[in-house]
Formats: sequence, structure tokens, C-alpha cells
Amino acid sequence: MGRITAITISVKIKFYIQNPKRQKRTPSSSNIQIIESSNYQITKMSKIKKTFASYDAAPENTSHIDLKAQYDLFINGKFVKPQSKQYYDTINPATEKKIASIAKGNAKDIDLAVKSAKKAFESWSKTEPKERAKYIYRIARMIQERAREFAVIETMNGGKPIRESRDIDIPLAANHFFYYAGWADKLDYAFPNRKPKPVGVVGQIIPWNFPLLMAAWKLAPALATGNTVVLKPAESTPLTALKLAEIIQESGLPDGVVQIVTGFGDAGAALVNHPLVNKIAFTGSTEVGKYIQKAVAGSNKKVTLELGGKAANIIFDDAPIDQAVEGIVNGIFFNQGHVCCAGSRLFVQENIADKVIQKLKDRMKTLIIGDPMDKNTDIGAINSKEQLLKINNYIKIGIAEGAEMYQTNCALPSQGYFCKPTLFLHTSQSHRIVQEEIFGPVLTIQTFRTIEEVIEKANNIPYGLSAGVWTDKGSKIFNLTTKLRAGVVWANTYNKFDPTSPFGGYQESGFGREGGVHGLLPYVHF
Amino acid sequence: MVLLIQSPTIDQVGVEERVARLMTRSIKKESELEGLKLALNMIDLTTLEGKDTVGKVKQMCYKAQHLADDIAGLPTVAAVCVYVNHVKTAKRALVNSGIKIASVATAFPSGNSSRKVKIEETKMAVANGADEVDMVISRGEFLQGNYNFVFDEIAAIKEACGPARLKVILETGELSTLDNVRKASDIAIHAGADFIKTSTGKIQPAATMPVTLVMLQAIKDHYDATGIMVGMKPAGGISTSKSALNYLVMLYETLGEKWMTNEWFRFGASSLANDIILQLGKEKYGAYYSNNYISKD
Repeated sequence: MGRITAITISVKIKFYIQNPKRQKRTPSSSNIQIIESSNYQITKMSKIKKTFASYDAAPENTSHIDLKAQYDLFINGKFVKPQSKQYYDTINPATEKKIASIAKGNAKDIDLAVKSAKKAFESWSKTEPKERAKYIYRIARMIQERAREFAVIETMNGGKPIRESRDIDIPLAANHFFYYAGWADKLDYAFPNRKPKPVGVVGQIIPWNFPLLMAAWKLAPALATGNTVVLKPAESTPLTALKLAEIIQESGLPDGVVQIVTGFGDAGAALVNHPLVNKIAFTGSTEVGKYIQKAVAGSNKKVTLELGGKAANIIFDDAPIDQAVEGIVNGIFFNQGHVCCAGSRLFVQENIADKVIQKLKDRMKTLIIGDPMDKNTDIGAINSKEQLLKINNYIKIGIAEGAEMYQTNCALPSQGYFCKPTLFLHTSQSHRIVQEEIFGPVLTIQTFRTIEEVIEKANNIPYGLSAGVWTDKGSKIFNLTTKLRAGVVWANTYNKFDPTSPFGGYQESGFGREGGVHGLLPYVHF
Repeated sequence: MVLLIQSPTIDQVGVEERVARLMTRSIKKESELEGLKLALNMIDLTTLEGKDTVGKVKQMCYKAQHLADDIAGLPTVAAVCVYVNHVKTAKRALVNSGIKIASVATAFPSGNSSRKVKIEETKMAVANGADEVDMVISRGEFLQGNYNFVFDEIAAIKEACGPARLKVILETGELSTLDNVRKASDIAIHAGADFIKTSTGKIQPAATMPVTLVMLQAIKDHYDATGIMVGMKPAGGISTSKSALNYLVMLYETLGEKWMTNEWFRFGASSLANDIILQLGKEKYGAYYSNNYISKD
């Protein structure tokens, strides 16, 4: 027994000190597997590595896409020319080439749209709930049937990788319609002992980062509760909303229940200020959100705003590190960082910071940046030239502020708007790149020592949309979720969306919830 | 006894999500062909049955050298894997072929025997001509928390291997959690494993992508800390070309190009080779041909 104990002790030491003998373990050249007898050459082996490493192009087929050269406004169940007779070009941000001409709606078009919605409200609000549900289910199924077409168009128009539009945007959009279709005839159960009534004509203004998904988030609960809608897509990404208009037309939804009016900020402003609109739902920048709140002040319009964010993603030293690194990547590089809830401020406990940052850098080297239509692309094109300029400007600010920048040396396509995934190390709360929303693939990294410190820093921001916590300890998660001022807190995951789960912000990230039962509330009054 | 290795915790949901994402990689054209040839070159062609005979082993060794003679430019497999008593037969059959001989040892597949017997068996395998030894860990001791026992045993077998390379089978299907997989991987790596291997093939589930990913990450952490490379061998249940490519994508994106050779990565499989030949044959002839054109040895 004595001898065995001695071995055990020596073994224990080995755990601490690497056995020097192990350095010799790399086999000598005679041991290396070279197959000389076959005609398989070793030079071929290096070719294998090279060819396999870069993956050949695997572009999604676009031949089945049916796009018109020109798109009009969808008002009262018909596609109509804009009053201004003016059109603008919508482009593919990955190629900078024009895809189609889009009607430039203005205040007159908005007025027509709102009046048509007002008229349709009379009958739609009295339509039996289970009948309303049928239309919404039908729209959901039609999106599913044409999912591939929607995915390709979303990627063409917005620059996001086809992997995301195919696996996330489009299925989730269909799911939102399915989910709210189910609520249409159960509203009495959603609000026990209260009688929910639709609010009337709803003006909805949606952003360019998830064009179809945001349209679904807004339209589905509004229709389920018996409202009629005027929806204005973002000017740079109108195509999937217009394709949705085609589906709505085909679905037989009564004329005037949904109008889709494309255009610029003036059309949006006209919608916000229109006297017949009863509610405004807006997703977009905090700046525009503030304008909307001023504009509706004194009116009796209901408002929900889903605005910017600058989320803290917090990694504790007891976190599952490899999965946390994956969560960091997913948190900031999902959709090129064009996500209001992106985990753009990374907090890493100081004792594991070096390890996490090294792993993050290694992981970033495997990210594929380029043609969004390629099924292997992880990071696609920045949505617009303006946005790329804004992001590049913030990168300059970060460098000027003295933060250490890290980018992988991946090649970017010569055409289109692309930005390398970027880290800023050694940042602090006083850096502008830490305080302001960049809305791009740029991550700032700060370290922290204690839970109290990280809670204070995470909350030290005018936003409050989302946060991420990574730890193996359940009690720590519950402690943090009660103290972080954020509408959504993800634990050991990030950027998870589900129609049944409410989503929305605190403070300058807006108010009101979308998704779940909570998502019905803004569209009813009692 | 306490385990002095600090293994990181593993989040199973996160691992599965990463695997799902890796599986969306689309490998086509030249990449696919070269990937398949590489996979073929990484196979340990295996027969581990109670009914193994000299004839069976000889036939498999011939197959290992002549996978499909009608397709030019094919590599051979990396090794054949047999029981200890068939090592001599394999050695004779594979002379001058460049194909390695791997022998299972240490009371494979259960590992339930004395250390003395396990060491003797290992020495016998090497003396008979095995280039590589595939040992199993004592899962019972591991699950009882006797981590140092497991560590000592691996270290002792490594010593008995002499010049032969040691593959350590964790039998992950019996370890139940990914945390255990990671812990066992760390113990094996620190105790001197040249390769870590998922399974014996006798227990279900055998190799899975989540388990393999966790083991690859353990190898990466060790490499980052010490600069020492350790090989990986998923074994059992990988039978299609598509899943072999998925594993190679995972290998490439976790450990990188240095591991993309049969010196550091193996597939323990018996039917994978034929599926790859079927795919490569399709590329050559423009259409799939009948399974009956491919030898079943």
C-alpha cells in the first residue's frame, strides 16, 4: 500500500507540472504516416488542407426568385402608384447593384392609406375572432410555403447571410403569425374579466435590420386583436414587406385591413402625425423614438417604442468558457451586429480575461465574411453605405480614444459594403465606443472583479434592452436577473427569440412589449 | 481522492447549438472530393468481434490496401484495428504497405481486469508488432470518483507501450454527461495519451458530434497551454460520407489545419470507407453504381 501512495503523490505533482518527457511525444518523422506505396502523394495532402480549409463557394440558388422591376404602394388591397409619381432605387448592399424601383410614398399617400384603414376597421373589428384567425393562419402558411423565396430576397435586399434569413428570420416570422393567430379567438382568456377592444387604425414603422420579421412582430398581434394597419417599411429594405403584401392580397384578407406604404422619413412623420391614427408602434433608433414621443404628446395616441441598446454580456470565471465564447460571437456578430439587443459590451471577469480573449480571437479566425448568398457565410454585408460610414467612424473614434483594436486579416470583397468583425480591448465605461450604440460588428471588452462592480457597470448606460449572463451557478443567474435593468436577460445563451416570449426595453431602449400575451396589450383598450 | 485538474464546465445546450451550426456548413465540389479522400485516409479499418479469424483479418488487410482499384489516386486507410491475437496476422498481411496496425488492449471493451493483466496485454500487442494501442479507461473507477486510479492506469499503460502510440478510449456512452467527458479527456491527456478516442463501438451511443467537440476543445486547451498536440479519434456510428465531412469541418474549425492529417485524426469505422468509395465512384462515373461493385471485406 505504501508504494501505491507514493505513486499517487507523484501523479498529483504531474497535474501541476507538465511532465518534461511529454515534450518528446510528437512522433519522429519515421513515425509519421506517409503512404509511399500508393500513388497518393504527400503534395496532394497539402492541397487537401488548402482546398478544404477555405470551402468552395456554395451559393443559394436564386433562379426561382420572381421580382418585378417596379413596386407600387399597397393600399386598400391594391397596388397603386404613388401620388408623387416618384420612385427610388433599392439596392443589394453586397453588390451595390439596383434590384428594383420602389414607390416613394409621401403625406398624401399616407392620408389615403390611413383613410382606407379607417374604413376597413368598421367591418374588420366586428369580424368574428375565429374568422380573423383564419386569415392570419393562412398568411403564416403562405410564408412557410414561400420561405426559400423570402429568405433569398431578404438576403439580397438587406445583406444578411442566407444562413440567418433561412434559419432564423423567415421561420420566426411565420411563427409569429401562427402564434398570434391562436390568440385571436381567445382574447377573453388573455385578459380575464376584462373586455378587450381593438384600438383602431395602427401606424407601424419598422427598421431595416429584420425587415420581414419586424413586419410580422407588428402585423400579427395588430390583426389578431382586430385593428387595421398602415405599415411603413424601412427605405433601404422594402422588398420582403412588398412580397408580404402580395401574400396578403392572395390570402383574401379584406381590402384596407393592411396597407404597406414605402418611402422615406417624411412618410413616417406623416403617419405619426395623422389625426386618424390611434396607435403608433415603432422600432428603430432612439433619436427617432424621441421625435415620435414629442409628436404624439397631447394627442390620445397609444405608443410603443422599441429603440436602441448597448447590452452587457457578462462572463463569470465559472462559465462554460467554450460555449460562452460562442455566445459572445453570436451576441455581437449575428446579423453583422445590426441588432438592437446585440451583446456589444462584453464584461469578462479579470481572472479569465486573457483566456477568453484568446479563444475569442481564435474563433473569429474561422468566421467567413463575404457573399451573403453563400450558405457558408457567417457575416454578410453591412446594410447600407451610411451605416458602413457610421461604423467605420466609430472604429476611428475607438482608435483615437486609445483602445486596442483587433481584427482578423480576412479578405473583404472588393464590391459592396463590408466590415471586418472588430474587437476593442482594454476599454472602460468612459470610452464613447462603450457608451454609444454602434449597430455594427464591433465589440468592446471590459474586465471586472466582483458581481457588484459588474452590475453597476452593466446598468451604467441610458439604454436597457437586453443583457447576457454566463455562469454555471444558477443562484448567480437569479441574483443578476433581478438587478440588471434590461428587458431581456439571457442566461448561458444569447439572441434567442420566440413568439411566446415578450421582448422590449427599459429607459431609452423604449417601452411596451412585443411577443407573448404582453404583446397583445398595446393593441387593445378596455 | 480529489481531482487536481480544473476542467471547465460544459453547457450541453451550447455544445449542441455549436454542432448544429457546424453542420450547416455546405461542402461542395473540389472541397467535398478532397475532404472525402482525406477522410478515407484517416480511417482505422476495424474488426473487433468474438468471431474474428485469421481469414477475416487477412481479407480486411487486403481490402485496406485495395479500397477501389478502379478509382485512380485513392489513398489507403490509415490503419487496421484488431484484437491482440490477430496483430501478427495483420503485420504479415500489411508488410511494406505503410498502413499502421492498431491493437485494442487492456481487457477491451469493458476494461474490467487487473492492471497487471492490462500491462501484459499491452506489452504483448507491441511485441507482436502493433504500431498503436487502443486502451479503454476504467469507467467504473471513474464514476466512483477514483480519478487518480484512472490517471495512474493510463500512465502505466503509456509506459508499457514503449514506442507505440497510445489511444485512450473514454467510452463516452457510459460517462453520461459532457462534464464527465471533458474531465476524462483532461485526465487522459495529462496522463500521456497520444490520442483520445470516444468509444469502443460496443456501447450506444458511440461517437457523437457534441462529445467529439468537447474532446477537441480539451485538446485545444492543452495545446494552447503546453504546445503539445494530442490526436482525436471518434469511433463507432460514423458511417456516411456526409457525417465524415461534418466531423472534418468541426476538426478544422476547432483545432485548425495542423490536425487535418491522419497523424492527428482518425475515424474508427468499418462501413464508412465503402460509403466514401461510393461517393468518389459517383464522381468518376457520373452516377451511383450498385453497392455490389464495392467489396464488403
